[in-house]
Amino acid sequence: MDGKREVTVRCKNLCKTFYAKNRKQDEENEVIRNLNLEVRENEFLVLFGPGQCGKTTILNILAGLEKASSGELEVNGKQVDGPSSDRGMVYQKTALFPWMNVIKNVSFGPRMQGVKKEEWQKWAQHYIDLVGLTGFESSYPVKLSGGMQQRVGIARAYCNNPDVIFMDEPFGHLDAQTRYLMEEEVERICSAEKRTVVFVTNNVEEAIYLADRIVVLNDMPTSVKKEYIIDLPRPRDYTSADFLALREEITRCVEVNEEG
Amino acid sequence: MKKSKKYMVISIISMICFLVLWELATDVFHVFPEYSMPSPIKTLQAFVMKLTNTTPDGSILLVHVVASLKVALAGYLLGALAGIPLGILMAWYKPVDLFIKPIFDLIRPIPPIGWVPIMILLFGIDLKSKAMVIFVSAVIPCIINAYTGIKQTSEVHINVGKTFGLTKFQILGKIAIPTALPMIFTGLRVSLGVAWMTLVAAELVAATKGLGYMLQIARTIGRPDIIVMGMLVIAGVGAILTGTLEFLEKKFVRR
Repeated sequence: MDGKREVTVRCKNLCKTFYAKNRKQDEENEVIRNLNLEVRENEFLVLFGPGQCGKTTILNILAGLEKASSGELEVNGKQVDGPSSDRGMVYQKTALFPWMNVIKNVSFGPRMQGVKKEEWQKWAQHYIDLVGLTGFESSYPVKLSGGMQQRVGIARAYCNNPDVIFMDEPFGHLDAQTRYLMEEEVERICSAEKRTVVFVTNNVEEAIYLADRIVVLNDMPTSVKKEYIIDLPRPRDYTSADFLALREEITRCVEVNEEG
Repeated sequence: MKKSKKYMVISIISMICFLVLWELATDVFHVFPEYSMPSPIKTLQAFVMKLTNTTPDGSILLVHVVASLKVALAGYLLGALAGIPLGILMAWYKPVDLFIKPIFDLIRPIPPIGWVPIMILLFGIDLKSKAMVIFVSAVIPCIINAYTGIKQTSEVHINVGKTFGLTKFQILGKIAIPTALPMIFTGLRVSLGVAWMTLVAAELVAATKGLGYMLQIARTIGRPDIIVMGMLVIAGVGAILTGTLEFLEKKFVRR
């Protein structure tokens, strides 16, 4: 990193242990151990790790939906002590409100802040256009395909104008073809409107295609294994030699991790 | 269009079959004696007669219908107004749930008709006592359905609300209640049915007017034509009530 840009998210020695009451004894499940992470302004950071390594838990903690067991967490210099509209989230499965049409879903954040109608309509329209859903403003989510629903989810997060957007495997439930399309879309959207994004995935190609920087995570308890700065020119080519070499390297990094 | 027409024809044929069988069993083959089962024609005649005639029970049909409707709707609206907010609060605020639940679980198994005697002692045999019985019968499905509906709010939607900076109360109003709305309407529909059924039963026991009362008098003087006609009127009014509610539901709930 150039080191000039401001740090948006900083976590230091973050730990999380879940306690589950079992029939006989209390069960401890250590999910995150000493996670240190910095996300810089307007950076597209990908958290990449194997299957169930607690990536969603990290995002939930960053978003303030869950409390860390110990450690420090700052967003824009402020201590995180609960969810806030400064931090947007795009969810794994579609989290749209089925009783609202597209424009109402997208404008949910501003409307809840009491923004005037002309204002939120203008913003929502802007982001609907940005994600390529012009003409679908009054459609309801059930009528949209999975990919379109995730576009609405992304527009909704953007429309609230947060400092940082967390994306939790937003394409995990899409078919391969749609997934490629959506990766290109996100690339385009994030180049058009720079935001700080923390993107979680377990798909190595997706990670390399989108990331400014990839943070590879250890399996449970999760901590940072290795970092890769990806400076391939955008838009990236899945089949270029550099891309494939990186893919090879990162895949090996994870495999070594799993063997011990 | 063609298909729905075909289905309608089947439904009409079914009604005709029913009427023909009924006619055959009474006027033609006399399967049932005349003093216990009227023919469809006799039933229709009783209906026309009761439109204007006050014998044998002192009121014309419309007065009975209005009397029954008044009681049913009074008790029903009270039950809905109390039950829905209560169900919502119980589902959203744990202490409310813990406070109300024991009382609710205690009362729930008592059949609505079981409330009739105590309500008569408390409120007499006029509108009030029956309205209270209806209230008890209507409030229960309203509570249960509102409660279940709110509990169905998805965790993800609640998280969305939180990340947009909503308070717990705002999440209830903007996310949980819209989620619960279809269930709340189901509760309204169920309790309307229950209210209407309970009412007629209560009127059989304690009333001076109303459809149940009309049936009861007709039985004591041996007029099966009025009984069957009354039953069909009860069915018809019930269907109209349900239809009205379904119409309102379509206006308010999408999906």
